[in-house]
Amino acid sequence: MRKDSISVIGDKDSVLAFKAIGINAYAVTELQEAREMLKTLARNYKVIFIIDEFAVRMQDLLARYKSRPYPTIIPLPSSKGSNGFGIMGIHKDVEKAIGTDILFGREDK
Amino acid sequence: MARLNINPTRMELSRLKLRLKTAVRGHKLLKDKSDEMVRQFMQYIRENKRLREEVEKELTVALSAFMLARAISDDAGIEEAVAMPAFEIELKTGSKNVMSVQVPELSIEENEITELYPYSFLSITSELDSSIATMSQLLSKLLQLAQAEKTCNMLANEIEKNRRRVNALQYVMIPDFRETIKYITMKLDENERANTIRLMKVKSMIEARR
Repeated sequence: MRKDSISVIGDKDSVLAFKAIGINAYAVTELQEAREMLKTLARNYKVIFIIDEFAVRMQDLLARYKSRPYPTIIPLPSSKGSNGFGIMGIHKDVEKAIGTDILFGREDK
Repeated sequence: MARLNINPTRMELSRLKLRLKTAVRGHKLLKDKSDEMVRQFMQYIRENKRLREEVEKELTVALSAFMLARAISDDAGIEEAVAMPAFEIELKTGSKNVMSVQVPELSIEENEITELYPYSFLSITSELDSSIATMSQLLSKLLQLAQAEKTCNMLANEIEKNRRRVNALQYVMIPDFRETIKYITMKLDENERANTIRLMKVKSMIEARR
C-alpha cells in the first residue's frame, strides 16, 4: 500500500468501477465493516472516497478527520444515485461559517 | 460586566491600559481576518457546490452504466476485466496556505496511458467501455472536489473559531478592562481628594491653635 494514493470504500457494485481507473477499491457490506475499514485506510491513504450510503451513517467518525488536511474523506453517490449527503455537507459548512445558510437556502424551497 | 479583581494602584492602571490597547488592536485585526476569510470561503464554497453537483450527476451516470455492463456480462468476467488497471495514477499531495489555514492541494500524475481499457474488447460488452471512459475523465474532477470540499471544511472551522475569539474580545475582555480602568481611576481620584481635604483640615487646625 503506497501512502500517496486514493482509495474508495463502499458497496461492491459501486466501488468496482473505481478499480478500473486505478483507485484502490475496498468493498464492504455492513456499517461496522465500513467503519473499521475507514479507520485502517485513514492511516495509509491521503484521499478516501466513501459511498454516501455508508457515510451518512458514520458522521461521528467522519467528524474526527474534518479538522486535519489529510486524510481527505469525501462522500460520493453510489450507483443508485445520491442521497443528498454531499450537498448537505456543503450546507452545513455554510451554516457553520456564516451562521445561516444564506447562500443556497433559497434554491431548496 | 464583572470588574477584574486587582488592586487599585497606579501600576495596575498603566498595565491595564496597555492590555486594553492590545485587546482593541487584536480585536480589529481578528475582525478583519474574519471578513477576509468569509470572502474567500464564499468563493471556495461556490466552486465546491458546482463541482459536487457535476460530479454527482456524472458519477451516477457512469456507475449505472457500469451496473448495466455487469448485468449484461457475467460477474466473474467483469471483475477479472477491472482487476488489473491498465495504468497507475500517482497522487501528488501538498499543502496550501489559505488565511493561515493549511489546506490540502491535490493533483494527479498519470503515467503514460497507452491503453485505457485493461481488457480485450472481444470478451467484454461495450457498456463497460463507455463507463470506464467517463470514469477516467471524472478522476481529475473528483480530486478537485476533494480539495475544494476539504478546504471549505477547514475554512468553516477556522471561521467559527475566529468568531469566538472576536466575540470574546468584544463582549468580555474589552468591557471588563474598560470597567476596571474606570474603577481604578475613580478610586485613585477619591484618594487624591481625601488627601487634599486632610491637608486642608490639618492646616486649619494648626491655624486655629495659634
